[in-house]
Amino acid sequence: MDAIFLQILNGLDKGSAYALIALGLTLIFGTLGVVNFAHGALFMIGSFCAVTLSKILTLSTVTLDPTKTDFLGNPLKVKTPYVVEWFGESTGNAMIDWSVPLAILFAIPVMLLLGWVMERGLIKHFYKRPHADQILVTFGLAIVIQEIVKATYGANPIPTPAPDQFVGSYNVGALIGLDASYPYWRMIYFGFSVTIIAAVFSFLKFTTFGMVVRAGMADRETVGMLGINIDKRFTIMFGVAAAVAGLAGVMYTPINSPNYHQGMDFLVLSFVVVVVGGMGSLPGAVLAGFLLGTLESFASMNEVKGFFEALYLPSIDQIIIYLVAIIILLTRPRGLLGRAGVMEE
Amino acid sequence: MSNLTRRGLLKSGAVMGAGLAAPTFFTNMAHAYTNAPTGSSVTLGFNVPQTGPYADEGADELRAYELAVEHLNGGGDGGMMNTFSSKALKGNGILGKKVEFVTGDTQTKSDAARASAKSMIEKDGAVMITGGSSSGVAIAVQGLCQEAGVIFMAGLTHSNDTTGKDKKANGFRHFFNGYMSGAALAPVLEARYGNDRNAYHLTADYTWGWTQQESIQQATEGKGWNTVNNVLTPLATTDFSSYVAPVLNSGADVLVLNHYGGNMINSLTSAVQFGLRDKVVNNKNFEIVVPLYSRLMARGAGENVKGIFGSTNWHWSLTDDGTKAFVKSFGEKYGFPPSQAAHTTYVQTLLYADACERSGTFNPCGVAEALEGFKFDGMGNGPTEYRAEDHQCFKDVLVVKGKENPTSEFDVLEVVEVTPRAQVEYPVDHPMFAGGDLGKCNPGA
Amino acid sequence: MKHLSKTDKSTFILVAILALLAPFILNPFPEGSAMAQFNAGYPDLMQRFAIFGILAIGFNILFGLTGYLSFGHAAFLGVGSYSAVWMFKLLSMNIVPAIILSVIVAGVFSLLIGFICLRRSGIYFSILTLMFAQMSYSLAYSVLTPLTNGETGLQVYNDDPQYLMGPNSSEVTNLFGLEMRSTFTLDVGPWAFQFNLGYYVCALFLLLAFYIAIRIFRSPFGLMLRAIKTNQTRLNYTGLNSRPYTLAAFVISGMYAGLAGGLMASMDPLAGAERMYWTASGEIVLMTILGGVGTLLGPVLGAGFIKYFENIFSKINDTVLHTWFSILPDGLENAIVWVLHFFVGKGWHLTLGLLFMMIVIFLPGGLMEGGQKIMNKIRGKKKNDKDGGAKAAATPAE
Repeated sequence: MDAIFLQILNGLDKGSAYALIALGLTLIFGTLGVVNFAHGALFMIGSFCAVTLSKILTLSTVTLDPTKTDFLGNPLKVKTPYVVEWFGESTGNAMIDWSVPLAILFAIPVMLLLGWVMERGLIKHFYKRPHADQILVTFGLAIVIQEIVKATYGANPIPTPAPDQFVGSYNVGALIGLDASYPYWRMIYFGFSVTIIAAVFSFLKFTTFGMVVRAGMADRETVGMLGINIDKRFTIMFGVAAAVAGLAGVMYTPINSPNYHQGMDFLVLSFVVVVVGGMGSLPGAVLAGFLLGTLESFASMNEVKGFFEALYLPSIDQIIIYLVAIIILLTRPRGLLGRAGVMEE
Repeated sequence: MSNLTRRGLLKSGAVMGAGLAAPTFFTNMAHAYTNAPTGSSVTLGFNVPQTGPYADEGADELRAYELAVEHLNGGGDGGMMNTFSSKALKGNGILGKKVEFVTGDTQTKSDAARASAKSMIEKDGAVMITGGSSSGVAIAVQGLCQEAGVIFMAGLTHSNDTTGKDKKANGFRHFFNGYMSGAALAPVLEARYGNDRNAYHLTADYTWGWTQQESIQQATEGKGWNTVNNVLTPLATTDFSSYVAPVLNSGADVLVLNHYGGNMINSLTSAVQFGLRDKVVNNKNFEIVVPLYSRLMARGAGENVKGIFGSTNWHWSLTDDGTKAFVKSFGEKYGFPPSQAAHTTYVQTLLYADACERSGTFNPCGVAEALEGFKFDGMGNGPTEYRAEDHQCFKDVLVVKGKENPTSEFDVLEVVEVTPRAQVEYPVDHPMFAGGDLGKCNPGA
Repeated sequence: MKHLSKTDKSTFILVAILALLAPFILNPFPEGSAMAQFNAGYPDLMQRFAIFGILAIGFNILFGLTGYLSFGHAAFLGVGSYSAVWMFKLLSMNIVPAIILSVIVAGVFSLLIGFICLRRSGIYFSILTLMFAQMSYSLAYSVLTPLTNGETGLQVYNDDPQYLMGPNSSEVTNLFGLEMRSTFTLDVGPWAFQFNLGYYVCALFLLLAFYIAIRIFRSPFGLMLRAIKTNQTRLNYTGLNSRPYTLAAFVISGMYAGLAGGLMASMDPLAGAERMYWTASGEIVLMTILGGVGTLLGPVLGAGFIKYFENIFSKINDTVLHTWFSILPDGLENAIVWVLHFFVGKGWHLTLGLLFMMIVIFLPGGLMEGGQKIMNKIRGKKKNDKDGGAKAAATPAE
């Protein structure tokens, strides 16, 4: 039971990341009808917002300590971050320690702006173009973004830990009579993504703005004929989608050290999630994200692997997501909750 | 009529002067071996990952290569040439020819690596190819060099197969391997953690992971450890939580992570997050072991590496003369200490050049003969020997652990023990290395 | 040849001449000059141009004609290579059985995958193919190691059975004794042109592939495929079942990919799993779009474009840059090198990404459209009135 409970938590946690990325992706599909291969790159930029902020916070003055030497025998350079100088030891160090949560505030405007620039500067010109052209241009953009990050921060992962308070794990299983410790930060990540998803849904559901966007997704022409500037609203939705992906990236940094190619690592899976959920369906994307996340977790259990190995299917965890996704797509032509006619031609 | 070389022809063609020269067939009589240098310079091919996850390691290898070329051509302070036990190198290039080099990108894919190596051989006339940061690439390029008739000096490759099942007469490996990691680590682990431990292995699901896991399991079981489980993890895994979680209740008290690069960083981070290191199982503190460490990669795991044991080929904090000379010239040129990848590639370049000098030729067969059974010292690893039978270097192996109080971002690991060479040696026909055939050296032409 | 229309015939002859003279055309700069870095006329790269050209032509038969965007085509390339290497391991180093088997195996494999995936259309189809390819890759890299040699890649060992190998048989890949690697070098002044047998074998297959593609494009079958692209629903209303046609196109293009894989292994007998990774499939898609979807020649150009950058730009390092600009004053030289070094060597991806974007923004029809624009400009000066007609004639398809 403990093991199963833990894998459910793991599944929800993995699912959170998938759902957040897929949510933005399907939002862009649904509103603008654009296949955005640069969406993984947006997730990656979010992570590097956290890295950048922590680099900014640790900008330091350098003093020489003659009592110690570095590897070449020269006096050791001791770095004191400016924030420590300005705000004192405890406040300064706390700020550095909290750089990941602080990066949320930093990332929101950055991502919104980036989304807006991307849509106005590039994507706008590709509404009427074939999907193939959209793929080519956004793939090119993703490569360019990746390479810029690589040139700036190098190719190795950069450790970006959570604040000290959230390091370690908590026996959450004890609440229901089990023994299962789970890391604090992963629980926070799950809570955070549920909040974001809820926020996006209520924004679309309960605001006039959201209502118009939903109407535009269903029938763009009619909404346009009503004299509503739907393009402008879609641009804003692109920014929102970028911000959602970016925030998913910021909060993900303590779980996996960010690197410049992590966007590409997530890209294929996020497309699978979107398609399994059904094109143009926001609830579908979220549902599929959590479903596939949980599936992946359970498939990696030794008992499950052993069971399939007995059926001559070793290493089922390598392919389980694809297998199930294929079965879903073959039994449900438009994924779990997809609408007819979206991206089917 | 045979393959590949044309640089030499080109030069002779140029002598004939401009205009339409008679077509030249490349025949066996023209040259004794592929890409024989005819001018005043010789070209080496540095084939390293410049894109992809190991790009930083590749960049460090390239720095070391450039340094080595500088030293070979008589520039800089000479680095390890001054401490190298063989004194054949004079700082005037190799065999009096100025050393030039071309670079390529392996992308850490065997296809791309072979394409890049081929272009160096076919287009640039390289007589030796070296570099790489993974075993798959090393084995692929080694095979190519065997066919083409040039020497391959492997870079960072840790799989037993490189000098085992896939060994080739034209290929040479200075780096250590999975078996040596196990043999070096096991006694240290026994001394620290006792001999009644239950180990749980997480292993990257491909050839390198399997060979390392097998080596570690055998070595630790020889010390009385019990292996609870070995779980294979897909290469593409980014979040290891679902593999780490079952460890908690498995009854194991040691977790061995047979991962490298990004996999290692992510699995180690997950393991620490799940509080494994604070656990007490079977009345013993739970421990984590990372058998193959790389300083560049360890940095990516940040705080999580502190106190965790592993092995490495070389570390800049060693205090022998060779290491000091190398760290000094590398550090002064680039401003930070070299990685083990940089070290092994630098040494390989010098060893190749030295073998050319000693044999008096660039002919791969001559060079191979000079390298086979070659004993040397002063290159940072103590007395070392290139074993003739499988072209593997035998030398001391370092057991390291993550440093508790690093003084800088490069000061991540500390050396715990230098395991003497005798302890990591194995017979050529050891079962983990069986099945290969070195073949005969191929000079190409 | 007599079945081809006049424009098709001239396109085909043009391609044949280009393929024949590639060692000259791709080697324009004299050896030793600063520009020699840009020469692409060495055997390995020329072989790759031809092989990826075949791959892209085949892909275009599916994507260009039916509009079905397969994102898993690299899987067929992979199984093709694996079967070829197995032929080398089991029989001999002769490339004929290897290539035959690779085409057959890829055909069967694509029939299987196509039969399942073609139940869906649009992006659902793309993702299905993508997932099959990713599964093939994952399995080949790990579980199927006995069959694929996993990470290391499948290769020929000295102790392989090789039942058809005689005592005098060649140890390297050959065509009835003619070794693929044998190269004839023609020295003309400072130039050295390399004529490689392997390349000409590839080029021959490229021409064959190209000829078949033209025939398919112009056949009633091709017309049917185009009808599917234009409006499949309407086609279905006429009582026609379009599935067999799309499946046939899928299998044909899978066999093209298998042929490319077999040739790849014949030129260099090693097959790695990463040949099937999704980025490899993506590369095929990019080649086709870059060159011009639905055009005959475009995909070949796109393939050459990407392979050129991968192999040439990645080899330009700082030392090379410094030699280029060494005549400039030191400060200026360093500044230029500093700027350029982001775009070459380890930064070659950046250049490629930027070019992808530029081409798709400014040349919506890919490289083919760029070529046509230039042609039209040249012709436009002579006969403005016939501009429309010239355009139609210069566009082989769509």
